[in-house]
Amino acid sequence: MPHFLDISKVGITFKPGAPAVLVDVNLTVNRGEYIAIIGHSGCGKSTLLNIVAGLTTATTGGVLLDGREVDSPGPDRAVVFQNHSLLPWLTCRENIRLAVDQVFDGKQAPRKSRAERAEWVDENLELVRMSAHADKRPAEISGGMKQRIGIARALAMQPKVLLLDEPFGALDALTRAHLQDQVMEIHHRLGMTVLMITHDVDEAVLLSDRIVMMTNGPMATIGEIATVDLPRPRDRLALVENTNFIAARQKVMEFLYARHRNPAQAA
Amino acid sequence: MSATVQQARTTMPPKLPNPVSLLTIVGQRAWTALRNAAPLLVMLVIIFAVWQIAAGGAKSSLPPPSTIWKQSHDLILHPFYDHGGLDKGLGLHLIASLKRVAVGFSLAAVAGVLLGMLVGTSMVAMRGLDPIFQVLRTVPPLAWLPLSLAAFREAQPSAIFVIFITAIWPVIINTAVGVRNVPQDYRNVARVIRLRGPAYFAKIVLPSAAPYIFTGLRIGIGLSWLAIVAAEMLIGGVGIGFFIWDAWNSSNISDIIVALIYVGVVGFFLDRLVMMAGNFVTRGTSA
Repeated sequence: MPHFLDISKVGITFKPGAPAVLVDVNLTVNRGEYIAIIGHSGCGKSTLLNIVAGLTTATTGGVLLDGREVDSPGPDRAVVFQNHSLLPWLTCRENIRLAVDQVFDGKQAPRKSRAERAEWVDENLELVRMSAHADKRPAEISGGMKQRIGIARALAMQPKVLLLDEPFGALDALTRAHLQDQVMEIHHRLGMTVLMITHDVDEAVLLSDRIVMMTNGPMATIGEIATVDLPRPRDRLALVENTNFIAARQKVMEFLYARHRNPAQAA
Repeated sequence: MSATVQQARTTMPPKLPNPVSLLTIVGQRAWTALRNAAPLLVMLVIIFAVWQIAAGGAKSSLPPPSTIWKQSHDLILHPFYDHGGLDKGLGLHLIASLKRVAVGFSLAAVAGVLLGMLVGTSMVAMRGLDPIFQVLRTVPPLAWLPLSLAAFREAQPSAIFVIFITAIWPVIINTAVGVRNVPQDYRNVARVIRLRGPAYFAKIVLPSAAPYIFTGLRIGIGLSWLAIVAAEMLIGGVGIGFFIWDAWNSSNISDIIVALIYVGVVGFFLDRLVMMAGNFVTRGTSA
């Protein structure tokens, strides 16, 4: 049986003659799975996400999603960008509305009427608990709120796989924890498939079913995949003493800091 | 969230400013306004004083402020009188000039934004048109006047054409830069939701380029106002430029000085008007 998301033999070279950034990346993901991709800066993890998104084209290999080859960006692979990428001239609601109007036009996804689209936007605002700030512009809300709108915009496209590119990277620790809990809760409710880039070990272990560890670039590839064997829903406080949590955490730490130290820091 | 709002509503009584505090606020406002305006007022007094002393002598070729008031206070106090023919108040002359600028500048804004979008989007259009624009924009506005008089054979359209050709270059160039500089983030968003063609242009490119476009429009309106005064001196008829030329021909130096002050003030307000329009349209965009 073919996998839901199948990344096979993906490699990419940006300049001819230069060493490849990614080589021979193979990964299969099941429907509803939460995958974290972790690695040091410059290991090409964002490039891998962009290839799945279709924003970057792989030099070799390819990506299959639900039996279809990925050849261009599309709402079935909605991206939450690290820098939120909200359009500053639109309010939060309008930002989501723009995506919803565009996607549910009857060509990309079944057509929704005006009223249905408005309702769907409100539903997604409620999902990330941003209804109260819906009519503010991005400049008027905090970084964490912007990221929540980014997530709502992505979820509103009803993607087959949600791509998160270091979504909490620019946030302070408390806001980050709060958002992680929210994403966990939404994942629990909707059961969507997620591919998340991160460089935070705790975040990877807390949120994901499997952690994909990348070796250092150039010529980066998947070094190891760890399965996180923890029941859901997960509670960050209860996990602190959980042996499976500690074991998974140690495994990733050991990979990142003992066997594949950041070349920039080692020097 | 709603609970805290409700709580705030019940615990906080509606705040009505009492008359005393209102008076203090007004007083404070007036004091701040005075403090901000004081340096300017002092400066104006100094300038007029120095001017009065410097030009006050019997052999002076320029009139001092007192003479200007004596000779031209009609112009200052009654800007909208109309004695028929070309003997009109300064306000009417300014309105005639502003009408020309409005028509020429509006045409330049529309054509400039369209051409700028073309040059900003299409590499071929940029290679073909940009060198031409770069050469033509250096031609001084008045150099176009004889050519446009020859083409239109009438004063009014010729003046409007000079405004148009003066204001259009900064609009084109700034629009093109804005269109070319749509951030990669916004483009990625558009690609993911498959926003293409005219919809992409209207919903992403134009709003993103709006601050650049308004910078171009602001430079354009300034240049228009510079050009119209010069152009009207040559074409005659009603208009502030002609008024100044006419005053010179009848040796009314006082009238010229009053007109210059009007020209400066109107130019300042035109600039502010476009700036405010820009701030209104692009609110939030700079975030």
